[in-house]
Amino acid sequence: MTESFDLAVVGAGPAGLAAAIRSSALGLKTVVVDEQPAPGGQIYRAVEATSRSPRAAALGPDYLRGRELVERFRASGAHYQPSTQVWQIEPSWSLFASTAASTHVVSARHLLLAVGATERPVPFSGWTLPGVMTVGAAQIMLKTSFMVPKPPFWIAGQGPLVLLYATQLLDAGIRPDGLLLTTPKGAIGRALGHVGGALSGWRYLRKGLAMMRRLKRSGVPILSDVEGIEAIGGERLERVSYRRAGVTQNVAASTLLVHEGVVPSTHMSLALGAAHDWDDATLCMKPRLDDWGKASLPGLSIAGDCGGIGGAEAAAVQGEIAAIGAAQALDKLDDAAAQRDALPLRKALAAHLAIRPFLDAIYRPRAAIRTPDDNVIVCRCEERTAKDVRDAVASGCIGPAQVKSFTRAGMGPCQGRQCALTLTELIASARGVSPAEAGYLRIRPPLKPVTIGELAALDEASAKEPA
Amino acid sequence: MTPDVIVIGGGLHGCAAAMNLSARQCRVLVLERSAVARHASGASAGGVRTLNRDLAEVPLSLIAARMWDDIESLVDDDCDYHAHGQLRVAETEVELASLEARRQQMLALGYSHEVVIDQAELRRRAPTIGPQCVGALMVETDGAADPYRTTHAFRRKAERLGAQFIEGACVTALSRQGTVWQVTTPAARYEAPTIVNCAGAWSDEIAAMIGDRAPLQTRCSMMMVSERVAPFLGPVVSAVNRKLSFKQTDDGTVVIGGGHQGRPDRAHESYQLDGRRLGESATAVAAIFPTMRRVRIVRAWAGLEAQTPDHLPIIGPSPSAPGFFHAFGFSGHGFQPAPAVGRALADLVIDGGTQMPIAPFALDRFATSGKAA
Ligand SMILES: Cc1cc2nc3c(=O)[nH]c(=O)nc-3n(C[C@H](O)[C@H](O)[C@H](O)COP(=O)(O)OP(=O)(O)OC[C@H]3O[C@@H](n4cnc5c(N)ncnc54)[C@H](O)[C@@H]3O)c2cc1C
Repeated sequence: MTESFDLAVVGAGPAGLAAAIRSSALGLKTVVVDEQPAPGGQIYRAVEATSRSPRAAALGPDYLRGRELVERFRASGAHYQPSTQVWQIEPSWSLFASTAASTHVVSARHLLLAVGATERPVPFSGWTLPGVMTVGAAQIMLKTSFMVPKPPFWIAGQGPLVLLYATQLLDAGIRPDGLLLTTPKGAIGRALGHVGGALSGWRYLRKGLAMMRRLKRSGVPILSDVEGIEAIGGERLERVSYRRAGVTQNVAASTLLVHEGVVPSTHMSLALGAAHDWDDATLCMKPRLDDWGKASLPGLSIAGDCGGIGGAEAAAVQGEIAAIGAAQALDKLDDAAAQRDALPLRKALAAHLAIRPFLDAIYRPRAAIRTPDDNVIVCRCEERTAKDVRDAVASGCIGPAQVKSFTRAGMGPCQGRQCALTLTELIASARGVSPAEAGYLRIRPPLKPVTIGELAALDEASAKEPA
Repeated sequence: MTPDVIVIGGGLHGCAAAMNLSARQCRVLVLERSAVARHASGASAGGVRTLNRDLAEVPLSLIAARMWDDIESLVDDDCDYHAHGQLRVAETEVELASLEARRQQMLALGYSHEVVIDQAELRRRAPTIGPQCVGALMVETDGAADPYRTTHAFRRKAERLGAQFIEGACVTALSRQGTVWQVTTPAARYEAPTIVNCAGAWSDEIAAMIGDRAPLQTRCSMMMVSERVAPFLGPVVSAVNRKLSFKQTDDGTVVIGGGHQGRPDRAHESYQLDGRRLGESATAVAAIFPTMRRVRIVRAWAGLEAQTPDHLPIIGPSPSAPGFFHAFGFSGHGFQPAPAVGRALADLVIDGGTQMPIAPFALDRFATSGKAA
């Protein structure tokens, strides 16, 4: 079964939704394909259902704002395929997609990837113990089912999401046992070099400061400049140890939530073979994009956090710009009209992005997390340690592809999502070269694990189709 | 130091040639455009199969099989080789009759390694096999190895014996000056009296540089591997009427091939997988192993390889140039014979001839080939 569209959007977060609204208004037959059962992406996860709940207020006005975007999307006329996993994309463009019930192909003249961000993997000693999870995963549980962590619980790491989640918990009447903030002491001072941007992004900054004040007032212990976090336990997490001012401390914990910022989800764009570059400021791969969000492959655009972290509001604007660019590429809009429509959006985008260099500088993860100690597991699926990777480099492997073949690191069901960045940085530091030179894991299809039954369903469906 | 032999291509065949030549005191230089085992040899299913070989290949394949039996003494590494057997499954009585006919044909030629097993025996060896499967042709001493590890084992053994490997060295031109070949790569020039062409999917380009025309197509066979599942299968399974090669590894993952083709992009040393053909591959799996339906595929890939019109390799001296030897065009089944092909190449280079049964594989069997006009 094949359905044809002008524009296929993968991802129903702010970027994808805003793009679909705009492209539908421009007359493009648009489809949005998303793995979640409802629109909203990570930030507005389950917003339609959750916003009707009496407890919704705890999630804050920024979250609830998502409902308005989702409503406009629902009214836009764009087609929407929820609970649908895209596992293969072939050029100009065929998307192979599976739902629980069947497999089908979506064909489109233009493709927009709006698949958002993923949390940076945070490898440290004990991070694979049950009881250790990411702040992002915990926040999804809060949004979808108001589930809260098992006490005693600690939050460790840094970044806007840590503060946001902690305040959302407080608003829901839940107190973490403490926050272990990993931002190094001098970071703010160094980030002041970007204070110009911070000033034009004052709205973001004010929000951050307000959250910090709220946390301090609550009396939750907030420890700063923490390093050397370890999760300790037998079957599951029992204690968390950390170092502060050279002194190692130990606290009881059933849950440890960690977070060191988010990075673009580049799995699809890498698998497609679009050009990417290592970005030293944000320590991750980024697709190479022009100012319409167009990637190096014809007919491919990328918007939102998967093109570089900018946050929800920037993502929505980028989605609209990309939709205009797609309309222009498909001859639904002439160049002058496209430029005119994009102009106010570009101004808004610049304002949203102004804060970023400042945030990137403050929240730059420590080296110990990017290039962990020998005993730390790097590849969770295959249980390979940093030492395994360093040994592979010592025996002549120069990049992730060879390290993967030699050690199996990156071969498991997570398809490298949890270890690719660490592999690059470990190999780079072991070889004494830049991460750009060390290179990145080659991403192999399928884009998501897919069952034999789902794959076979595709073949069985086309066998039934009339020739 | 000027090498005696330059081998072009660091796949399994280049590495096996280098190993055998080095073992016989030749100074060998291997020039590999990309990285050792980057192409067919790293992508391979690693099936060590004498089962159902073309009759022309059987003698060479059986010699190789005995080398596989003792692969560790050859390359100081077990290559993760396990002789759990290979099965070719029949789903109908008609198919089973065709396997019986093959068995009789082989017996008449004096080969007894292929045997027919009935449904009960098949079920014993592959308990989750589909209920329609009525029997199989089997070689009990066949098996499978880890292709990447095998290729590197041959490489390391060659290096220990003195061979030198240069990766990232693409041969762009060849010329003969007196009794010496000049080999050009972007970074340097090399010289040797003898060249061996093991350039896999690109071998016709190398052959053309010396005036040999090889009628090759590019194959792009796709592979899939599953998440880990509890052990359920020892032998490698193929099927009479389906494109399938199926095995479970020691760590529980299931490796699936069978020659379903992706889209090769030879110029960029790359390819694209074909989602629909992966669907066909999955259909074959689901038919023969119904319990696999729920198992997740976590990775798929493909390897580029040369295919000849008769699906038999090209092994032997160049018809047009002295001191030049070919070994390519393995058409999807060149992993198993590699140890024997390497030995034959060393004989050809050093002795000027070989006892190994490679006569059917001469390049000039193709009317349109041989010396270019
Ligand atoms: C997916 C797949 C599954 C397979 N399964 C099996 C199986 O189960 N059993 C079996 O017996 N066989 C199997 N085969 C076939 C087997 O793997 C191949 O026949 C064998 O690996 C070929 O080895 P090679 O060295 O000739 O080629 P390759 O490994 O491709 O090596 C050729 C090398 O030459 C290099 N090269 C090319 N041009 C140049 C140049 N100009 N300069 C320098 N270097 C150059 C390339 O970079 C490459 O590394 C399979 C093949 C594939 C692709």
